[in-house]
Amino acid sequence: MKVKILCRNPDDYVRETKKDIQKVPRNYDPTLHPFEVPREYTRALNAVKLERVFAKPYLASLDGHRDGVNCMAKHPESLATILSGACDGEVKIWNLTKRECTRTLQAHEGFVRGLCVRFCGTSFFTVGDDKAVKHWNMESPGYGEQEEPLHTILGKTVYTGIDHHWKDAVFATCGQQVDIWNEQRSSPMRSFTWGVDSICSVKFNPIETYLLGSCSSDRNIVLYDMRQATPLKKVILEMRSNTLCWNPMEAFMFTAANEDYNLYTFDMRFLDMPVMVHMDHVSAVLDVDYSPTGKEFVSASFDKSVRIFPADKGHSREVYHTKRMQHVISVKWSSDNRYILCGSDEMNIRLWKANASEKLGVLTPREKSSLNYSQKLKEKFQHHPQIKRIARHRHLPRAIYSQAKEQRIMREARRKKEMNRRKHSKPGSVPLVPEKKKHIVAVVK
Amino acid sequence: MLWSPAFAGAVSARAQTSHRPVPGASTAEPRTTVLIHLFTIIAGARSLVRDEVPLPLRLRKRERNFASEVIAFASGLGGCCWDFIVLWSPDSSMAVTDSGMEEKQQDKDCGKGTSPTVKKLKRYWDESQTKEGANDSARMEEPRDDGQNSAGKKRKMKPGEKWQKRPGGRKLVSGKEDPFPGPAPIPQEKIMKFERGKKTKLRQVSNRKLKGRLKTLETKVELAKTQAARFDLLLPEEAGFLEGDEGEDTCTIQQEDIAEAVDITSGSKHFNLILNQFGPYRLNYTCNGRYLLLGGRRGHVAAMDWHTKSLMCEMNVMESINDIKWLHTENMFAVAQKKWLYMYDNQGVELHCVKKFNDVLKMEFLPYHFLLATCSATGFLQYLDISIGKEIAAICTKSGRLDVMTQNPHNAIIHLGHPNGTVSLWSPNLKEPLVKMLCHRAAVRAVAVDNTGTYMITSGLDRKLNVYDVRSYGLLHSYVIPFGASHLSFSQRSLLAAGCGDTVQVYKDVHVKPAHKPYMVHRVQQGVHGIQFCPYEDVLGIGHGEGFTSMLVPGAGEPNFDALENNPFRSQKQRQEWEVKALLEKVPPDLITLEPGKLGEVDFLTLKQKHKERVERLGFDPLAKEKFEPKLKKKGRSSSGQLLKRKKKVAQEEQRKLIQESVEKKLHQEKAKKKREKIALLGQRSTLDRFKK
Repeated sequence: MKVKILCRNPDDYVRETKKDIQKVPRNYDPTLHPFEVPREYTRALNAVKLERVFAKPYLASLDGHRDGVNCMAKHPESLATILSGACDGEVKIWNLTKRECTRTLQAHEGFVRGLCVRFCGTSFFTVGDDKAVKHWNMESPGYGEQEEPLHTILGKTVYTGIDHHWKDAVFATCGQQVDIWNEQRSSPMRSFTWGVDSICSVKFNPIETYLLGSCSSDRNIVLYDMRQATPLKKVILEMRSNTLCWNPMEAFMFTAANEDYNLYTFDMRFLDMPVMVHMDHVSAVLDVDYSPTGKEFVSASFDKSVRIFPADKGHSREVYHTKRMQHVISVKWSSDNRYILCGSDEMNIRLWKANASEKLGVLTPREKSSLNYSQKLKEKFQHHPQIKRIARHRHLPRAIYSQAKEQRIMREARRKKEMNRRKHSKPGSVPLVPEKKKHIVAVVK
Repeated sequence: MLWSPAFAGAVSARAQTSHRPVPGASTAEPRTTVLIHLFTIIAGARSLVRDEVPLPLRLRKRERNFASEVIAFASGLGGCCWDFIVLWSPDSSMAVTDSGMEEKQQDKDCGKGTSPTVKKLKRYWDESQTKEGANDSARMEEPRDDGQNSAGKKRKMKPGEKWQKRPGGRKLVSGKEDPFPGPAPIPQEKIMKFERGKKTKLRQVSNRKLKGRLKTLETKVELAKTQAARFDLLLPEEAGFLEGDEGEDTCTIQQEDIAEAVDITSGSKHFNLILNQFGPYRLNYTCNGRYLLLGGRRGHVAAMDWHTKSLMCEMNVMESINDIKWLHTENMFAVAQKKWLYMYDNQGVELHCVKKFNDVLKMEFLPYHFLLATCSATGFLQYLDISIGKEIAAICTKSGRLDVMTQNPHNAIIHLGHPNGTVSLWSPNLKEPLVKMLCHRAAVRAVAVDNTGTYMITSGLDRKLNVYDVRSYGLLHSYVIPFGASHLSFSQRSLLAAGCGDTVQVYKDVHVKPAHKPYMVHRVQQGVHGIQFCPYEDVLGIGHGEGFTSMLVPGAGEPNFDALENNPFRSQKQRQEWEVKALLEKVPPDLITLEPGKLGEVDFLTLKQKHKERVERLGFDPLAKEKFEPKLKKKGRSSSGQLLKRKKKVAQEEQRKLIQESVEKKLHQEKAKKKREKIALLGQRSTLDRFKK
């Protein structure tokens, strides 16, 4: 007779001393883990509920401006520094870790229209309603010294926007025309015009650094090559675009914030149709900024809310609003991909988390792995109705909620009408125009 | 055994390895001759502490004895993508007697005379060692492909023969080629065990983005599968077994003989509790197999840690007891007494008297749902959620007294046996049985379902034992047992225990092939009243009229437990943590279905089905065409004649559309036909036809 009976030595399974960690032998045999899917589903449900419980995105408000915050700029080297320009011509430099203003200067008379930091981070430029471009030192002046700009350029017309080149000592302003300036000279290197109109924003491409995009008030988005004498091409939309922002990871892509409540992501090679139309805002979109990963962007709107869109999705994944936040004029996504800053009409700059339920501070490895696991589970079960419902639910202020509802009804009515028209006309005479093409008027080269 | 810290370091430095062939192992059975052990250390599987190195733990005791000296040669081939470690004992003088022969054989095999002196640990940067190792490995056999005795085939390198180069195989620094390139092969059936669902057919996916995503997902699934299959090598314990001598039946072997033959600890697991006053006894083990609960018919309740044989509580409830069950931990148990259902804690203090549950005859606890399912003499099947203390469902089965009940551990469906020979399957979500199957021509006496939820075994008053496949509800085998079985129980490794009168028979593989005789038999003094295999142990608990018997059944229990599920050795803190986690992931009762994996699959609903469901849900058909009702118009335009006219305008609209479509279709078909004919004609034409006028 040969016999063997299971006999476990407790020494192999129980820790020796209290200082040891517990021994946890594993066996991945599926029969020992019944109800795998229902249990994972329950975990996913818990995870998605907890995510909503911990979704507390609002971090701080930076107050001190005496008028609406018109523009903001990130510091290229320091994560904690941010610059903001207000409607009364005041520029403030903030320290985000301390959440306080470190420097205030009266830069212009009237609005500060544009603000940008030089790529090295040692100085910054402002343009204002007083037709001046001013170059300031980032360091505050020493004791007893006067607050004075390094250079001042007085132009003939009002400048409405400014952006600095990402590598060279070159910056661009816009107003009646787009001007390319060398920092050393007091007259522009080059001026671009295409028709007569005012241009409200200009942005350098961060990858192909000689490319520029601008939005003008005759509903155009115009692209320029700094090395050429004439603009490249333009696309005419149905309504005016307020700003545009280039995708920092994909050189060809940019997103424009439009007055018709939508955002349009374009591939600059194929301007005749946007890659994606982002809808959700219920009023004009005023500003847009990409996350440093290029996967998402944040938009600020006149409807007093900030929304975060995935770059390849048509609808927002997140909406931020507070009772006191008024029309949001400017918005920035911090360079570490974790925070969002928005400056609004009622003189405050607000600091939000980019991921609403993220825990701030150092995470232990166990916390991290547990978060990763629940993230994966949420992804796995994201299409289950219960989980989808909880993950999507956001509370909206009544104004936005009712307006969104109204617009939905209007859209539906329009669709119905078009369907009826198509039904009762000669086949082919009322073509089916996709949503992406509806808003494009023309492309001019 | 000496483990130099340097070596431990070298071991811990390995990230991913593959298991390697075993020289000498093929010549004899692995239990005695595994001199060289090859280890797969799956990344992050285990941290290696110097004084707690898992590698020697893998060696069974006997091998540990003669593996007096270990030479590690870890050959880092081309960076970190894969490395391996080979350990062996060249010291044959230390061999244990019964393995001495193989030991010497192995020496010969190795080709070079092994010196009995203790060698310095060689590292991969010692070139000479690498060469030696390469020489050795040139004679290595095919890798042992699984834990079983399949190392029979021996393959030697012929001078001209070349090893098939697998991806990952690279040349060594010394110029020798790695004889075992690439990861070690894993048997297909092992991988199959970890299969979850079918592979997606990428060819059918038209969306490019989705295709890419599915492709990466598929590779991840593949990796997870193979890694899980490789992990089997790291499992520390092996299952028990019992083999008779030649001509000896295992069923004739007495319990006392087994208890004598095995070690003292295992032998002590066979014991009798003589409790002849309050019997017969029902019993229940906790999920981790550590604690035992006994309930005598005449009111005696005892809870104990049966490993240490320490009593937790003992009392008499002064009422008859129908059934007892542990709840989710060893802190609480439920007792079905004469009238009501009671809950006690492990000190015997009454926690609850649940008066909604009366005349309960049998209970089942569903551990992942925290549900206590009871069936009563009044014909009610009731579910109690013990985490919130609420009755989830009370189902009137309308089939009289219910005293045969079991749960399917795979999907938490309750199986009830009825006096008319039917077995019905119930979930708490439906008032009717999910399935009703006629299993016997007489009353059903006992039902049991195996751990994988594939097989159901029933026994009836007609003395038959029927094996059913629960997936197809088909009868697989039918046996006649003398006296018939009054109690059935499945072990984790699918042994079946049947209590027939005062004997308990244990069968092996009843569901696979017809069993002609039992694997083991044990006789108790009086009739059997309850049997259950102890989880994770080779023990069968038998409750009978004279008390309780713990019977040794080698090969019954799962040898390797998963500590995150059920840990027999868990401490109080671990239990508390487990309890919180288990409660957090309590599966809601509405997820109890016949197929628990269905939730994770894609629900391919056709448009028709969807529409039908919508109609059912709403109570009306939202897409149904409204009957045309002409608007009421004034100034005589709604006179009956005018109305009729207006109605006529839309009367044949539908039909017209249909006709239009069919005509268009016909035209299209004709066109296609003409085209085909034309092509066919072209084929017949000769090349000179084009010059024809």
